[in-house]
Amino acid sequence: MRIGVFVCHCGNNIKATVDAAYITERLRDDSSVVCSAEFPYLCAEGGQKLITEAIAEHNLTGVVICACSPRMHETTFRKAAAKAGLNPYRLEIANIREQCAWVHKNKEEATEKALSLAKAAIAKIKLSQPLFPGESRVTKRALVIGGGIAGIQAALDIAEAGFPVDLVEKSPSIGGKMAQLDKTFPTLDCSACILTPKMVDVASHEKINLHTYSEVEKVEGFVGSFTVTIRKKARSVDMTKCTGCGDCLAACPVKGKENRKAIYIPYAQAVPNVPAIDRESCLYFKNGKCKRCEKACQPKAIDFTQEDERITEGYGAIIAATGFEAIRLDAFGEYGYHANKDVITSLEFERIINASGPTGGKLVRPSDGSVPARISFIQCVGSRDATARGKPYCSKVCCMYTAKHAISAKEKHPEIDVEVFYIDVRTPGKNFEEFYRRAVEVYGVRYIKGQVGKVIGENGSLRIQAMDMLENGRYDAVTDLVVLAAAIEPSDSAKKVAQMLSSPIDANGFLSEAHPKLRPVESATAGIFLCGMCNGPKDIPETVAQASAAACKVIGLLVKDQLTTNPCTAKTDENNCSGCGLCAEVCPYGAVGVISHSTAVNAALCQGCGGCTVACPSGAMNLQGFSRAQIIAEVDALCG
Amino acid sequence: MRVNVVAFCCNWCSYAGADLAGTSRLVYPSNVKIIRVPCSCRVDEAFILRAFARGADGVIVCGCHIGDCHYATGNYHTRQRMESLFGLLAFMGMERERLRLEWISASEGAKFADTMAEFTAQVEKLGKNERYTGDCIKATDAEAAEGI
Repeated sequence: MRIGVFVCHCGNNIKATVDAAYITERLRDDSSVVCSAEFPYLCAEGGQKLITEAIAEHNLTGVVICACSPRMHETTFRKAAAKAGLNPYRLEIANIREQCAWVHKNKEEATEKALSLAKAAIAKIKLSQPLFPGESRVTKRALVIGGGIAGIQAALDIAEAGFPVDLVEKSPSIGGKMAQLDKTFPTLDCSACILTPKMVDVASHEKINLHTYSEVEKVEGFVGSFTVTIRKKARSVDMTKCTGCGDCLAACPVKGKENRKAIYIPYAQAVPNVPAIDRESCLYFKNGKCKRCEKACQPKAIDFTQEDERITEGYGAIIAATGFEAIRLDAFGEYGYHANKDVITSLEFERIINASGPTGGKLVRPSDGSVPARISFIQCVGSRDATARGKPYCSKVCCMYTAKHAISAKEKHPEIDVEVFYIDVRTPGKNFEEFYRRAVEVYGVRYIKGQVGKVIGENGSLRIQAMDMLENGRYDAVTDLVVLAAAIEPSDSAKKVAQMLSSPIDANGFLSEAHPKLRPVESATAGIFLCGMCNGPKDIPETVAQASAAACKVIGLLVKDQLTTNPCTAKTDENNCSGCGLCAEVCPYGAVGVISHSTAVNAALCQGCGGCTVACPSGAMNLQGFSRAQIIAEVDALCG
Repeated sequence: MRVNVVAFCCNWCSYAGADLAGTSRLVYPSNVKIIRVPCSCRVDEAFILRAFARGADGVIVCGCHIGDCHYATGNYHTRQRMESLFGLLAFMGMERERLRLEWISASEGAKFADTMAEFTAQVEKLGKNERYTGDCIKATDAEAAEGI
């Protein structure tokens, strides 16, 4: 074997802690190493040229790169190797940056470790085989999970490019949280006015297949070829017959949660404009009597016998846009959210000031329907709170929507005294700072720097006790309405969806992007893309931008007819295989088949986890690219 | 005395967690050397015994958290196999503290660094592994040459 070793300085990132010249020199001791060189930036054009030229000049049959993590540049270097005619799987990376130079202080120790990691990579490459990726067909259809503004934008963009899209939404209507908003900051656009046309576009687009009141139940397969089972929950209303007239709603005698009828359309502009029966509050489903909606329905669309329906469909790519919820406030007793009707969350305030909300847009207190004389907004309820009950991160949108709420309240009733308790006011964004200044300077909103310690009910009003940090004193005053900016967290379904998609989540439950800077809309799992709040707090413009970016990535994938598959798959040695089938039992993909006393791996299904190789009692199963001998060679090199 | 610690890290969670420890510049002992495997379920008990036989003083296997495996169910198999390996080590008269199984996600750079520091300290307390050495597990040259 003729191996070339290339050591990267990564500027000073590696060189400052690892003696690159020394390891370049020492690695020549191995008789298989026919060339070794160091270079300031191997990933740069000059570095890649050095590698490709060396492959040609020395007729290399293997390359070891000592540089940053293979998760960073493995593809870059493998492409370079392939360009020079070397099988890309005969290139290994020794991670001497993230796992050596950056985590050790002592130069001598780090250099010794880097040398040892390089030797392990050389040992591994000596036992490598040329591998050849297979091809798999791309199903030219996309799935978008979540019908909020993120999912809507992504679905529209993909459909506009000509690919069929299925949009799955768990609630009876698309629109998500944005549909509940009154206005949007910092332009004070009417939220419904800019959103509903898009919702109608989704419903009428010939390439978009809308599944509302539906949930994804099972995801199988891999990039280009996912098979997904969607459960369409029983709506108890035949969507093909319903005309959306609303007669059933008028007939329903139930007043359930949030004054909602048992048969309901979430809001006036709902898409589709078809009601659903909440079986938990419906009298017929509870007591077997009522059926008034059925009698009222002229087109005979009510169907109490409807059952959940499951559909299975193939997709080439999937976008997760599962959105967010505000955190539950059970652990925040000091704000008296559960004890006082006039302590509400920002989303509830949004509904109160919304013309299509429960009060018809009248700004009144939930307790007695009176107009409050003073409103107190409390910021960072659970955000920037590193204790167990809170969230360590900034929820990002609260400062701005609170300024919006303050302005909206002042617009409706200029005489209302509006105060905002804050830790910091964060306004990075186009026209954000100006908007905040307007709340203070034009509308006279009082901003008080300090955290609230307690909100207590007192004679039909509320008493706030807080610290005023700028006045360096206690704040103690009576108010009429308290609005809590509850922290944002991923929606309940995010974790379940992430697990089904094998998409990693971060410590806070948000779906992680493959790279925080360079791959912001891709999940680490190929073929899975992310947009909107499921990936972290963001405002509407950012969400829309991310949704379009994710759609763009999906389109880029769907235009391909074939994808190359990972060649690091399992392989059976028939001579050693007894056909016991233990390998097939552990395979999560059903990729191993037992055929007459032997086994065969379907390379298109195998994802290369290697579980079967360890389950195999006779050593007949092996994993290409991570073979038994290769890993043992690495172990020996590191332990020797 | 300098102990030698081998860490098997799954590509999707723990290896990425180790990378995050790097990008966050979280220092841990250089005794720890990482072998990348696609999934923790790729770690054959034989690899671990081989490491001990060839002079490793501690071996740590790291994978995705239970329920978060990139391959859905790989780490369940890892957990099961490791349990029996702990039993085998005890049977062989080896300190079970030389072997550890840890779930470290891609976002847990700090956990990675802390775990490595703590495990290295634990192995240092035990000292060099002298109870089990030599060529007990064989990867024959023929096997190696075939590259299987």
